Amino acid sequence: MAEPTPSSAKSTAPATAKGAPEGPVTPLHQPLLHESGLKHTSGEAKYVDDLPAPHGLLVAQVVTSPVAHARIRRLDTVAPLTVPGVVAVFSANDVPGTNDVGPVIHDEELFAHDTVRYLGQSIALVVGESYEACRRGVAAVKLELEPLPGIVTLDEAIAKGSFLSKDHFLRRGDAAAALAKAPVRFQGEVRTGGQDHFYLETQCTLAIPEEGPSVRLVSSTQHPSEVQTIVSQVLGWGRHQIVVEVPRMGGGFGGKETQAAPYAAMAALAAVRTGRPVKVWLNRDQDMMWTGKRHPFLTRFDVGFTIDGQLLALDAELFADGGFSTDLSRAILDRALFHIDNTYFLPDVSVRGHVAKTNLPSNTAFRGFGGPQGMAVIEDIMSRAAERLQLDPVELRRKNFYGPAPRNLTPFWQEVKDARTERLWAELLASSDYAARRRQVDAFNASHRHAKRGLAITPVKFGISFTTSFLNQAGAFVVVYADGSVQLNHGGTEMGQGLHTKMLAIAAHELGLGPERIRVMTTATDKVPNTSATAASSGSDLNGFAVKQACETVRERLRPVAARLLGVPADTASGILFAGGRVFLGSRPELALPFEKVTQEAYLAQVSLSATGYYRTPDIHFDKATGRGKPFHYFAYGAAVCEVEVSGLTGEHRLRRVDILHDVGASLVPTIDRGQVEGGFLQGWGWLTVEEVRFDDKGFLRTHSPDTYKIPAFGDAPVDFRVALLENAAQDATIHGSKAVGEPPLMLALSAVAALRDAVAGFGPRGREVRLSMPCTPEAVLFAVEAARAP
Amino acid sequence: MNTLRFNLNGTWVEESTVPPTTTLLRYLRDVRRMSGTKEGCAEGDCGACTVAVAEFGPDGRATWRAVNSCLVLLPMLQGKHVVTVEALKDTEEDAYHPAQVAMAKALGSQCGYCTPGIVMAMFEATYRDDLKAPWQLDDQLCGNLCRCTGYRPIREAASTIAGCRPDDRFALTLPTLKPQSMRFRREGDGVLFATPTTFDELWGLLETHPDARFVVGGTDLSLEITKRFQVPPKLISLEGLHELHTLRTGPVHHLGCAVTIAELEAWAEAHLKPLHRMVRYFGARQIKHRGTIGGNLCTASPIGDLAPALIGLGAAAMLRSRVGERRVPLEAFFVGYRKTALQPGEILAAVEVPALSATTRAASYKVSKRRELDISAVSAGLLVEVDAKNVVTAARLAFGGMAATPKRASHAEAALLGNPWTEATVENAANALAQDFTPLSDHRGSAPYRSLVAANLLRGFFDETRDVPQPVLAPGHAATVLTAEEVRHG
Repeated sequence: MAEPTPSSAKSTAPATAKGAPEGPVTPLHQPLLHESGLKHTSGEAKYVDDLPAPHGLLVAQVVTSPVAHARIRRLDTVAPLTVPGVVAVFSANDVPGTNDVGPVIHDEELFAHDTVRYLGQSIALVVGESYEACRRGVAAVKLELEPLPGIVTLDEAIAKGSFLSKDHFLRRGDAAAALAKAPVRFQGEVRTGGQDHFYLETQCTLAIPEEGPSVRLVSSTQHPSEVQTIVSQVLGWGRHQIVVEVPRMGGGFGGKETQAAPYAAMAALAAVRTGRPVKVWLNRDQDMMWTGKRHPFLTRFDVGFTIDGQLLALDAELFADGGFSTDLSRAILDRALFHIDNTYFLPDVSVRGHVAKTNLPSNTAFRGFGGPQGMAVIEDIMSRAAERLQLDPVELRRKNFYGPAPRNLTPFWQEVKDARTERLWAELLASSDYAARRRQVDAFNASHRHAKRGLAITPVKFGISFTTSFLNQAGAFVVVYADGSVQLNHGGTEMGQGLHTKMLAIAAHELGLGPERIRVMTTATDKVPNTSATAASSGSDLNGFAVKQACETVRERLRPVAARLLGVPADTASGILFAGGRVFLGSRPELALPFEKVTQEAYLAQVSLSATGYYRTPDIHFDKATGRGKPFHYFAYGAAVCEVEVSGLTGEHRLRRVDILHDVGASLVPTIDRGQVEGGFLQGWGWLTVEEVRFDDKGFLRTHSPDTYKIPAFGDAPVDFRVALLENAAQDATIHGSKAVGEPPLMLALSAVAALRDAVAGFGPRGREVRLSMPCTPEAVLFAVEAARAP
Repeated sequence: MNTLRFNLNGTWVEESTVPPTTTLLRYLRDVRRMSGTKEGCAEGDCGACTVAVAEFGPDGRATWRAVNSCLVLLPMLQGKHVVTVEALKDTEEDAYHPAQVAMAKALGSQCGYCTPGIVMAMFEATYRDDLKAPWQLDDQLCGNLCRCTGYRPIREAASTIAGCRPDDRFALTLPTLKPQSMRFRREGDGVLFATPTTFDELWGLLETHPDARFVVGGTDLSLEITKRFQVPPKLISLEGLHELHTLRTGPVHHLGCAVTIAELEAWAEAHLKPLHRMVRYFGARQIKHRGTIGGNLCTASPIGDLAPALIGLGAAAMLRSRVGERRVPLEAFFVGYRKTALQPGEILAAVEVPALSATTRAASYKVSKRRELDISAVSAGLLVEVDAKNVVTAARLAFGGMAATPKRASHAEAALLGNPWTEATVENAANALAQDFTPLSDHRGSAPYRSLVAANLLRGFFDETRDVPQPVLAPGHAATVLTAEEVRHG
């Protein structure tokens, strides 16, 4: 990989002595720096809470339920008004429109009206001149509750039949019959835990009342259009009265897809009612206690194999803890079902899923969106089968990969085309020196009593597209000024993933400009309307095409103008090139015009210099009634080799070395993609090993700050971390041959669990199933070691 | 003396109305409207609010030290120089600081929210002259959480600038600085914040305000302000008393209560290796710069990492009042859950630790869910003397996280004393721990886990000290207890 170049710096000199462009005149597929990188390092990069306070700014504190489930007998919001500095208090009765913020199913109140359903649920908002005044105001609220029995564990919800959604399914063949005949058959449970997003910037929205009436919100959200929609419903206004802007987010990871909206709606309501700007900002503990997390899952499975490790049939039932409301749980459960195959052909399969209803915060999108929870099941099954059958897990996994028809059909009847697992597997086994390291690990284990090493490789196949098909659309709006400078608007939001950098590269490529000539604007609903969330790894795929189209439209309008300026016949205009900030005919590069000369001329010639772009993903569909369809435009692939060392005395482990080979197609910006792969891996490792969301039996979150909730720290990163992007891997029908990268790498961390199982097995005799639960905390690992050692 | 006065980014600021219990972070963001420094957790666990303060080392030279601005109360900066991220870029030259350039070039930022704090931690690293081993970079940056990058690019960026010591305005400032008195007092309306600089002043304050609480680094106490929003009405800072910063090496080592964990770490590496092992993973560098020996012991946490390590080493607490000094064995200093033997009008002035003989077997351990910047599930300070006939003549086995206070395991010690130092004896002692402790279950570990780990630490201690009586941590080691290989190469 070449030395990255600043996306804001001048691009390579556009022309040689002869005037012909040379070198990387396009920033596309080049190692760019993050477009905000230097601004991040200097503190100049502004997040919502950093914006200069508008005149008369008020702040707020939310009054929340202190218990998991109760009837509200009395709510007195008058007393706080006597507290100095408190300006107003709002509760359900003050909502002029609909008191609901449910994104899909309308089962989530903005302010609880007569019943509270989780500890931390919003009941009222105290608005005042300072946080201190608001806190005193909250303390003055009189709230009488009549406690109701609550359900605060997934198991209890299952036992009591408490569900938000039931009987999602995928089915192919006859799993029951195939299981009955299977030479090897075993059953088991797989549990995966919750995960707090722990974006470094907590939820924050600033609402500014404007004339009309109208309101402008500056919000840290992945889904400005949905914030706009929900605010319009809460206020009973048209969406045209609301503008939502997103400068940038200090991390999102799915946690700001739906869950920014309630607090944004509170800010909007308070701003409109007080006539003053209002900021709603959650501190860390509030954010962790009140907002939803990754869904914990419990899966019960029944699986059949041949004696040599060929999977024959799988029957599985998945239970997701949805929390108190539906949020995105249905789609998350669907994606778990869609990924229970990972990259393995399941000849006869029947999987069912249910979303449990508990009195806990409403669990929500988190990088992978159910996919990791589904994939964790099949990877655990593969590890367990190898342990029981005493087979090489590398070979056992490979044997079950998708292949040519008829072994190419997923449980949802989509054909797996262009499968890349075999190729990744072979290349990564070789580049990671797997075979030799296997011998080294075995030798280490033979000579160490209290420490054992483990080595494993696991694959990833992840379906790309929103599985709610209509969401797969995006827009862009490009504005070229007469001086040749450009503003780029698109519907995606920047949360650190590098979307703006990629969009910049695409626009620069289409217009033949250096990235320094283009400014990516704050995402705003009045520039690009009706957008989908920046989610499902789709940001670049969808917005990239829209940006490309918008830029093409302007560029094509410039062609005839350029032809006139160049003095060439109009019918040769299609051969005019835009590159390196210049406009020229390929055969006459010495006559190149500066881009700004063409735009200036276009302006004088009354040619429009702005255009919109729009894209929708073609040919995707899924029918829930039959469990069949083609929900995904394509699949992204990857594989990881992990080597761990486990202490048999404490259960601690360390990532000694991680090798990753990941398929991003023809990478739009390889430096950005590498960052997504590395960061996704370690976030996945955190979910699977160290991050533990723990509620007590009253539904109180015990792990509500980084004091008790541990995300990976500096020293947890692999000692030796080798990441490569699959080469010569351009994908058909995607933007410039690239593939989505946001979510898939998270699941590469399942290799760490497989490696831990391998290490734990090393403490005991071979041939028994390792009893390791997730998350693989030191405690879980130590007890697994004890079980392995037991006679 | 009732005016707060410190140097912020090269300019002296004086504040006479801002409450002294204001944290530096809130001051920067709310009063000065400087938004580069971020709040990520307000408890010193994420590092997003990191700034640098010039502090004087034992050699009298000033160095930039990274601290969590969310835990620093303004009087703790009295007379000091503070640098925030806003000052790093040289606006006249339009030149970014090497730490900023390195981070951007390595793509060390994604969402960028943690980045100013990371840059400030790297800023310290830029001017350090004692960065020798790669693990020190982990130590330098482990107080900064990043949720996006997976840390690889940040490590890469840090390794390019660590110790490069550019000849810039920040380096040039340091030799010109002189330690200034931290004396400060603001009182009235039942409220007090005082930083006395003489013991007479301290004793006087204690007589007038017997209900005042002590603070030094504030890494624990400030949480009451930032997390519970409860402002302690009366605080006396011991940071201004020069004598309490003393570290003396001798047959009995003297560790002043205001010695920071970072100072202790550097000293222990040279003079008391079994303690160094505990201090290395004690906390983030930002915390180690502010946290102190006295503060850690006086919080009397049941875990209190220094407590079991020091009890194991046979330390005594030196308690001082106007009438004199008394000496209490450290295990007797902890009288109950978060209760100490301190009497009204008394401070913990120092800890005294006997020097170790070369043959004494000693180690300390800290086991937590996450290696870095985490509170222990179990911590231990273990010490055993074995005579020429391989018989145990002394045993001090102290554990944290196993009871309401850090506590010695008397049954396990008895199982060792007078018996041969063999695996069988150690196994007996490990089993005897069940009589010593009935630990609690919580989110850091279940009771069975704690019990098993405590026993395993003893087993591991036996293994580790077979060939080397006081094994040290190897760089890049895998776990709390070393493998035989790591002991040999350590």
